Amino acid sequence: MRQIWKNPRFLLVLLALVIALVLLVLGPRAILNFDRRHTNLFVVLLIVGGAILFYTFRAQSGVKYFIRKIAGIAAIEEAIGRATEMGRPVLYVAGTQDLDNVQTVAGITILSSVAKRVAEYDVHLEMPTSRSLVMTTARETAKEAYLAAGRPDAFNEEHIYYVTDEQFGFVAYVNGYMVRQRPATCIYMGAFFAESLIFAETGHSIGAVQIAGTAQPQQLPFFVAACDYTLIGEELFATSAYLSQDPKLLGSLRGQDFGKAFAMLFILLGSILATLALLTQSDVLTQLSHWLQGLFTIKSS
Amino acid sequence: MIRVTLPVLLTSVVGFLLVAAFFFRGLNRVNSDLSEYFNIIAAVAFILGGGNLLRMHLDKVQRRRPGWTYSIVTVVAFLFTLIAGLFKVGNSQGWTGPVEAQGSWFNFAYDAMFNPLQATMFSLLAFFVASASYRAFRARNVEATLLLVAALIILLGRTFVGAFLTSWLPQPLQFLSIPNLSNWIMSTVNLAGARAIIIGIGLGVISTSLKIILGIERSYLGGRES
Repeated sequence: MRQIWKNPRFLLVLLALVIALVLLVLGPRAILNFDRRHTNLFVVLLIVGGAILFYTFRAQSGVKYFIRKIAGIAAIEEAIGRATEMGRPVLYVAGTQDLDNVQTVAGITILSSVAKRVAEYDVHLEMPTSRSLVMTTARETAKEAYLAAGRPDAFNEEHIYYVTDEQFGFVAYVNGYMVRQRPATCIYMGAFFAESLIFAETGHSIGAVQIAGTAQPQQLPFFVAACDYTLIGEELFATSAYLSQDPKLLGSLRGQDFGKAFAMLFILLGSILATLALLTQSDVLTQLSHWLQGLFTIKSS
Repeated sequence: MIRVTLPVLLTSVVGFLLVAAFFFRGLNRVNSDLSEYFNIIAAVAFILGGGNLLRMHLDKVQRRRPGWTYSIVTVVAFLFTLIAGLFKVGNSQGWTGPVEAQGSWFNFAYDAMFNPLQATMFSLLAFFVASASYRAFRARNVEATLLLVAALIILLGRTFVGAFLTSWLPQPLQFLSIPNLSNWIMSTVNLAGARAIIIGIGLGVISTSLKIILGIERSYLGGRES
């Protein structure tokens, strides 16, 4: 705990947060015209972001954190091993969105760990992309991963390629690839829309082990129904930490847990207040309940 | 240093700017400007992607690899769309008209070929939903049975059959009608579960963004430290 205060990076971030808070309190309109409609969001961001940074830097100082077993992530290595035994490729799809979507970035970070394992097992990795920028980034990421695994010679950038930006054009290609080449393992990590079930059902029909992860709540049921393992929502963002076991990344997960506890506390408080207000018809409780609700409402223009 | 420090530094500066742009009115333009820059970079990267696509398929044709005939179709379709769109072939309004103007070759390709093909792929979803539902909704245990019952109520509640089957219920018991039960499941049980997932996703997004902005998460750079 003491060590964290000696971390210059943590102190720098803390200083930035304090400056931001002071600016907010002292009347920032004169400087940058702070949008007061977002004050509540700003405070929540400071609390949650501060907690994530605190635990990240605390982990960097040497504090160890436990991460529960996530079956879907643990299965990745097994699935790659299966592909090696069968002598068939591993198909990796990082969603259908561009790099400005954080899910795609999460998909690329997971690719780094997957590519390392693939290089170690000496199995063929196939990655069609639906965006040019994703292709170039994925190539660089995989290349570095092969290098880190000590197998730069095994990397072939031709296996990571661009197909089309069009959603169903991309689906047609990936499905065709699955049916013709019959990959032993299909990994889908990123932002998916209507194509999620088409991919997953085609993968199921060829008998592939399928691991999916997305933060699109509407697509999760499709993946859950058709894939062997599914990373639900936040698990997608935890995969990189889980696979790398990097203490800093594990620490950030603890910060996320703090954010969840914070949300749970206010949900519970809000539920109790709203119920009591309804039962007692008390004006004070009703106003208090509305005030609490307002704290977490995003005000639009 | 250039391969790791510079991208991390650029990411940090742009990331902080975009976060600040949400809270400070004076920085509003930054958000739209940077989005424009992203579009420009993506457009330039498309040349790379398109070039790669052409190279890959031409190579496949040249080496007569399995399925090379499909590569010919891809190359021809790609070049046709590119030329028709770039030179606005058949566009009644000439060079200044919109690329999708009526009568243009591009518009023809889009309406007569691309759209039906896209609709064909999309319609596969109906069959996949049926096969996935068949596997998922088997009453193997208590949880699966609950899922099956909930799914059945929602499926019936979203069609005229649900209202027809329970139309005989008296007014005081109308809350038990299938459409009402379906709405209740969606707006209470389902929404509660979905919100829990969405809160987790929100926190995951904040955490990932912070890690990337601060250079803690560098896996996308191949995991190199410096």
